[in-house]
Amino acid sequence: MSVSSEITAEAAARRRVMGVLAEARGAELDAVLAQLAPVPPATDLRAPEMGLVMLRGRVGGDGAPFNLGEATVSRAAVRLEGGANGFSYRLGRSPAAARAAAVIDALWHDAARRAQVEAAIEPIAARLAAERSEAVHETAATKVEFFTLVRGED
Amino acid sequence: MYVAAKGGETAIRNAHKLLAKHRRGNRSLPSITLDQIASQLTLAVGRVMAEGSLYDVDLAALAVKQARGDLIEAIFLIRAFRTTLPRFGSTLPLDTGVMLVRRRVSATYKDLPGGQLLGPTFDYTHRLLDPSLAEAEGGEEGSVPDSADGGIDVQPPAMPRVTDLIGQEGLIEPSPEDDGGEPFDITRAPVSFPVDRATRLQTLARGDEGFLLALGYSTQRGYARSHPFVGEIRFGDVEVSFFAEEIGFEVPLGRVQVTECQMVNQFKGSATSPPQFTRGYGLVFGQCERKAMSMALVERALRWSDLGEERSAPAQDEEFVLSHCDNVQATGFVEHLKLPHYVDFQAELDLVRRMRREMGADDDMQEAAE
Repeated sequence: MSVSSEITAEAAARRRVMGVLAEARGAELDAVLAQLAPVPPATDLRAPEMGLVMLRGRVGGDGAPFNLGEATVSRAAVRLEGGANGFSYRLGRSPAAARAAAVIDALWHDAARRAQVEAAIEPIAARLAAERSEAVHETAATKVEFFTLVRGED
Repeated sequence: MYVAAKGGETAIRNAHKLLAKHRRGNRSLPSITLDQIASQLTLAVGRVMAEGSLYDVDLAALAVKQARGDLIEAIFLIRAFRTTLPRFGSTLPLDTGVMLVRRRVSATYKDLPGGQLLGPTFDYTHRLLDPSLAEAEGGEEGSVPDSADGGIDVQPPAMPRVTDLIGQEGLIEPSPEDDGGEPFDITRAPVSFPVDRATRLQTLARGDEGFLLALGYSTQRGYARSHPFVGEIRFGDVEVSFFAEEIGFEVPLGRVQVTECQMVNQFKGSATSPPQFTRGYGLVFGQCERKAMSMALVERALRWSDLGEERSAPAQDEEFVLSHCDNVQATGFVEHLKLPHYVDFQAELDLVRRMRREMGADDDMQEAAE
């Protein structure tokens, strides 16, 4: 495996974790942190804050970009004592949840704890997957077959 | 001209208290919660997010509650709120091609890859009021059939866009290419006409549903007719990704729900280029299908110049359409008329009296009265 593909694999794994953390509820993140205790003290590299991102679409779905409208977002950046930096960006207005997610992201960087972190967020990933699966199933039940009727006498 | 008016503080304070009382309504009933609004008035919340141009379900629910269900007032509250927050940047363009589809229909192909999925729609309902909803509904699980019951294949099928299918044969004009440039942002710079397609789409995406519906309708009735077909409407969840420099790659921020409409319109060709269908595009926050369709019709009408068409109708007038589709601007200017204009009006009164005096009109009237 080349160096660049190793980096890509690591980034992909982290991206997956961050995706789960972005969609987790605040209480779920607190539960993960409780489960991962003891967590070393974290200092803020950037105080948790709330802001906006401009969401973009593409003309025709696949063409040049345009500005669709904004969304609220919360972000945080932390450094664990004797450990790694962690970052978080999440839609919505919960800087506290963003900070919790950043701490979990930092813990994930510790190779010794990575498996533990991934196991701790697994129930959240499972909930998200179940919700998606439910949506797919319910929607699939509304799949229609339209028939075209022949017009005229014959 | 505006001249400041003073006074009325007590009356204003009391009026706002009265407003709060009317907003709360009958106190023997429980106060409506934001969760209830967000989960049961979903389409009102969607409209407030779309036209407020800010995706935040809880905030839109709060605005609906505070505005007593007046959606334009709620949109106004959202627009005011967004000015209080810093912007961290722009996301990657949403990829509607990999949407978690909750509804997807096409009026142009009955059999298309991925199928037609009606989803939660008012279409094909009988529009008869349902008296059973007047009774309190229980919290028990509704029995929604799902595909597991019928043994239907549940793998989320690939859902290619209908326009991609038509495009494979070269039968429809392609989307304008992404040249890597930053799209114009109407919230950051003043608009001067004419504008490009990205600017039009941003303006229409936050435009008033009723205004765009009427204009879209006008194109169907012959004012800039374009023979539209709904190539496809899809509604569902898309992931939002943001390139964060400190992280070094695109991070997922979560998911938003959007409605997309691909309108396929009558073809255009010339002596040198073979005829192709043309298109109009609509993309809106939430499940706002009427708005997405209206947006696509108007977007297509505004492209008359690119497509070598004649300009003959209101829906084609870019400056007119884009300058009047924002309901916050519109309501602000219309509603300001009810605020004190006493000094303005006094000047007009003096003027009309003087003109009448110069014509001797009041003398004649006095004589007639005597």
